[in-house]
Amino acid sequence: MTGTTDTRAAAAALALGDDALVLSHRLGEWAGSAPVLEEEVALANIALDLLGQARVLLSLVGDEDELAYLREERAFRNSQLVEQPNGDFAHTIARQLYFSTYQRLLYGQLASGDGPFAGLAAKAVKEVAYHQDHAEHWTLRLGDGTAESHQRMQRACDALWRYTGELFQPVDGLDLDLPGLETAWLDSVTAVLGRATLTVPSGPRTGAWSAGAGRQGLHTESFGRMLAEMQHLHRSHPGATW
Amino acid sequence: MTSDSWPLWEVFVRSRRGLSHTHAGSLHAPDAEMALRNARDLYTRRSEGVSIWVVPSTAITASSPDEKDPFFEPAADKPYRHPTFYEIPEGVKHL
Repeated sequence: MTGTTDTRAAAAALALGDDALVLSHRLGEWAGSAPVLEEEVALANIALDLLGQARVLLSLVGDEDELAYLREERAFRNSQLVEQPNGDFAHTIARQLYFSTYQRLLYGQLASGDGPFAGLAAKAVKEVAYHQDHAEHWTLRLGDGTAESHQRMQRACDALWRYTGELFQPVDGLDLDLPGLETAWLDSVTAVLGRATLTVPSGPRTGAWSAGAGRQGLHTESFGRMLAEMQHLHRSHPGATW
Repeated sequence: MTSDSWPLWEVFVRSRRGLSHTHAGSLHAPDAEMALRNARDLYTRRSEGVSIWVVPSTAITASSPDEKDPFFEPAADKPYRHPTFYEIPEGVKHL
């Protein structure tokens, strides 16, 4: 990496790549334990899309395997939203709704610009559009389903709400219209929750009582356990292949 | 929530324009919209299709194996129904 432009682009690639890598791993944790076989395949498909994005982005920064398997927790730059545990299926869907809505808008902005990520974003935005569609359909069915599914979906939306403010903090190396991004995100999520008969959470998304700082390397408790599982094979058997 | 409580859907995929939809398999889904999405994930992951139909399995009326003989046997000894008596002109390769 030479010069500030490359350094800034690498920082941005690390943030976006870590978001995709970490969420991909979380979704992969459903393999073997999803509610139904069809949904397991759907979640695995989404995970693989994200893994593909992560590989492209991390390769811009350095060796993708070293970055994924040999970094310490504090070196990861993903937002705290994507590292949150799967919880019940409603939590997974709420996390997916919040993130894929953000990612689609974000990649939409990047694709229409002329920055270093325009090509990648143009390809990825089509994948992410499907992720968002999948999450929205499940949000509608769980929110407007049975009394129990409604209650669980509402609880999931409430619990993850405090992690959404971080998505609209400036990312080093990306020139984004952040207020536009946040407004569009709120409009989209509010509309889906409304159709799903869910209440838009009222808690704060920024400030002292919100979460954040994942982009600065500060992560939540469960992230360490996730990393241990993700990295232990490579660390135990360096260079292992099959 | 188990797939036992979800209805079964038959999936038909058209692999490209000009061809007809072909039965690809079946799956469980709570409703038609989700069945389409599951079908997309299960049967078109490797660019197999340009169009998908999903049909409730209960909507399909199938011929019974017991009726195989009266249904299909009579066609077997009517060779005049097969266009085997035509001379194929030379140079026609794709008939």
